[in-house]
Amino acid sequence: MNHGTALLWKRRALSSLSATRRGLPKEKMSENGVSSRAKVLTIDTMNPTVKKVEYAVRGPIVQRALELERELSQGMKKPFVEVIKANIGDAHAMGQQPITFFRQVLALCSYPELLNDTTFPEDAKSRARRILQSCGGYSMGSYSASQGIESVRQDVARYIERRDDGVPCDPDDIYLTTGASDGIVTVLKLLVCGEGAARTGVMISIPQYPLYSAALAELSAVQINYYLNEETCWSMDISELQRALDEARRHCNPRALCIINPGNPTGQVQSRQCIEDVIRFAAKERLFLMADEVYQDNVYADSCKFHSFKKVLFDMGPEYSNTVELVSFHSTSKCYMGECGFRGGYMEIINMDDEVKAQLTKLVSVRLCPPVPGQALMDLVVNPPQTGEPSYDKFIKERTATLSALAEKATLTEQVLNTVQGISCNPVQGAMYSFPRITIPEKAIKEATDNGQQPDMFYCMKLLEETGICLVPGSGFGQKDGTYHFRMTILPPKDKLTILLNKVKEFHQKFTQQYS
Amino acid sequence: MSQQAVNGVPCRGKVLTLDNMNPNVRRVEYAVRGVIVQRALQIEKELKEGVKKPFTEVIKANIGDAHAMGQKPITFLRQVLALCSYPDLLEDNKFPEDAKQRARRILQACGGHSIGAYSASQGIECIRQDVARYIEKRDGGISSNPDNIYLSTGASDAIVTMLKLLVCGEGRDRTGVMISIPQYPLYSAALADLAAVQISYYLDEDKCWSLDVAELKRAINAARQHCNPRVLCIINPGNPTGQVQSRQCIEDVIRFAKEEHLFLMADEVYQDNVYAEGCKFHSFKKVLFEMGAEYSSTVEMASFHSTSKCYMGECGFRGGYMEVINMDPEVKAQLTKLVSVRLCPPVPGQALLDLVVNPPQPDEPSYNTFMKERTAVLAALSEKAGLTEKIFNTVPGIICNPVQGAMYTFPRITLPQKAIDKAKEEGLVPDMFYCMRLLEEEGICLVPGSGFGQREGTFHFRMTILPPTEKLKIVLQKIRDYHMRFTQEFS
Repeated sequence: MNHGTALLWKRRALSSLSATRRGLPKEKMSENGVSSRAKVLTIDTMNPTVKKVEYAVRGPIVQRALELERELSQGMKKPFVEVIKANIGDAHAMGQQPITFFRQVLALCSYPELLNDTTFPEDAKSRARRILQSCGGYSMGSYSASQGIESVRQDVARYIERRDDGVPCDPDDIYLTTGASDGIVTVLKLLVCGEGAARTGVMISIPQYPLYSAALAELSAVQINYYLNEETCWSMDISELQRALDEARRHCNPRALCIINPGNPTGQVQSRQCIEDVIRFAAKERLFLMADEVYQDNVYADSCKFHSFKKVLFDMGPEYSNTVELVSFHSTSKCYMGECGFRGGYMEIINMDDEVKAQLTKLVSVRLCPPVPGQALMDLVVNPPQTGEPSYDKFIKERTATLSALAEKATLTEQVLNTVQGISCNPVQGAMYSFPRITIPEKAIKEATDNGQQPDMFYCMKLLEETGICLVPGSGFGQKDGTYHFRMTILPPKDKLTILLNKVKEFHQKFTQQYS
Repeated sequence: MSQQAVNGVPCRGKVLTLDNMNPNVRRVEYAVRGVIVQRALQIEKELKEGVKKPFTEVIKANIGDAHAMGQKPITFLRQVLALCSYPDLLEDNKFPEDAKQRARRILQACGGHSIGAYSASQGIECIRQDVARYIEKRDGGISSNPDNIYLSTGASDAIVTMLKLLVCGEGRDRTGVMISIPQYPLYSAALADLAAVQISYYLDEDKCWSLDVAELKRAINAARQHCNPRVLCIINPGNPTGQVQSRQCIEDVIRFAKEEHLFLMADEVYQDNVYAEGCKFHSFKKVLFEMGAEYSSTVEMASFHSTSKCYMGECGFRGGYMEVINMDPEVKAQLTKLVSVRLCPPVPGQALLDLVVNPPQPDEPSYNTFMKERTAVLAALSEKAGLTEKIFNTVPGIICNPVQGAMYTFPRITLPQKAIDKAKEEGLVPDMFYCMRLLEEEGICLVPGSGFGQREGTFHFRMTILPPTEKLKIVLQKIRDYHMRFTQEFS
């Protein structure tokens, strides 16, 4: 064929393509009749799954809270002098102090000249040296191995073994991550596949931490809701898991079960029996278990204890411990550390297929490595000062103070909220939040619905405008139809929390009165 | 689905297997940390265990990790980071006042005055303001709106986020994304993960890896047969090729993007790494605005920067940002929402970025040391760039383009037919075969050109120019000797 003919064919082929596919811009008529081009990237031409993503913890109510803060700082008069951001589990932002030892080691790692400084204790220096020795060029500025610094993973494995009374942990099953969120999203990414009725379904509690719903929306996975039982302190019920699963099997391929323990937003600490039941259920129904345990040190109620999924799994014997595929997640953002900004975390992989594990290792390599300061911090969390070390006393004092303050505030919260007619608050057994149920009068529900708002969003927005207190409506986490809740952190310092709780109480009474 | 176990008891297959996992993830490859690096790590372990090798250490010239290769951090940056980590040090008179002042400013912008607090998801506001001012200074005063700045977990994070927003459609309407060959394999990996269509455009090796609009046109026209091209990615200065595109070229690319209605992604993480006389970094944003309102108010663009390269080399901190230009406001709201799900980029990395865009000024105490260190790092890189090109070009069968910028050399290697045949026998791509042998014989770890893409029938490797000069000389000589040996053996 000659060149001319080829060109002609090419032109014809191109002209048979739609305008969109030829890349020609869609012509738009603007108001003055002059045509202008539409943008390349618009709400209609963007990834549709991203549009389905919601994350209430930093959603519209928080955006309004930030607006109010700006207005306040510009001198506008409000019925309050500050916005209290009780929407997010950010301990330091609410005044919790970092653990001295951790920050000393991080400073030493950042600027190793300080190793010559006599004001730093020897145990801090020895940990800093050890971390630096595992970094390329003795610098935190080097990329680490993609799975995380090896000596840190070894320390994590030892921590897990100690925590779980000697159940062995292989450092090679540990992946350090950019916060727990990173690990959770990565594992979901591996799991989700299939088309139509074979699309992967993932079970998650209602209420849930909305990272899960957001990730599932983005991956176009099917979200399978199982309801926690509010009447029995948000406990899990196998018959409810069964119901959810059986129903889901009609329209998707359920493959994973996510559980958050201690719970977010609900704060329940599941019993050992419950955890066994869940493991048994996962084994029977062939589900990949994802155990989000980032609040494992945040247990307050006397009757409650944290049982790690891994330990329970291994206590159940080889029939389960050799077969059930489990990933558990931890983080430096919660517990007594509250180091959210460092984005430190890890996941432990149990019984994963070797070939899939190789794929996981490959996948995490594309993003090079998790932030090294976060890895260093994780090392200290799993390898804190020991008895006899110079920093031990102070470390224990600070840790105990933080955890007991949280325990006190957990009780205070439950107590005060339960004095309010129309608010019913389950015990805050663990984690950092209360998720009380609120009764909203019919008139308010109607006004909300007329405004196109969820009733609990309507409630929370009013609370924000009138008191400056920012909470997250229960609709952001999921709840049984016809019920309403909000999530509030227990993080503000006790005095401030007391004021907050009383303001919420007053608001609720006023609101109920107003809409009666 | 059950399998027979050894003892005859039926055992069940796993829930998650290679066959039922996300197929997109299986397609992902990332050569920079791929098979050859895994072998290098194995060899390192063997060395440690006392196994005898023809070498005493493995030199990892596969990855742009400056500190790992001995480059020193900038003192000022680390002083401020230490002060931010442990504010008690603000009382310590060992620290200069300018470091303390920056630390205080950063801490004041943090919740509870702690870098342990989550920041705003888009990044700490005053840092975004500093980034905007930096961009304005860099670009001769062209204004930058802090609200268009998104801090990120390294540049990789922002690049993946943008691609995520852009990729949609089914079948022949699937989004196509143009990327250079050779390219930094984050792009190919991300496109595989997102099941986007990768549209390769070839850089011209004979013209020092320059970009040719005719080639862009060829690539896009071919692509239109089977996908919906919407994005054009360009890395400048280039990785792995090191070319610094001319201003004319950048204008041509912008014009092309406008004509063909493409979203431009400009990866500029090596913007301070420019060595060659006659080369200069021209930011896409600046060129765009200098082309006048017809372009500057219409072309949609995102440009990316990072704390991992340039003179800082702070890879482990995962600091970065992107600036979005002319983004549809509704899409921007979606972007803001999307980044909120991961809460925020690491705050130490944000702090570090703040110092990069707001370094010591001439009247400040740390200025002299800062400039001295910065100049030393960049001068060393420049020297090593020249040295690398020189030495490689003395080797028959290696042709090395000038390393105009960035941190890598991507020389073309001639492989004898017998070697190509042997590689095939062993099931290896020829340049992987070459690089694996080099690793086993000399302990030098490079990445084969096939990991980045190259014209059919050509072979390359990527080597960093990061080892200290004396070590680099030795590495270059060893590669020269190896190449001649290899050529001889397979002749």
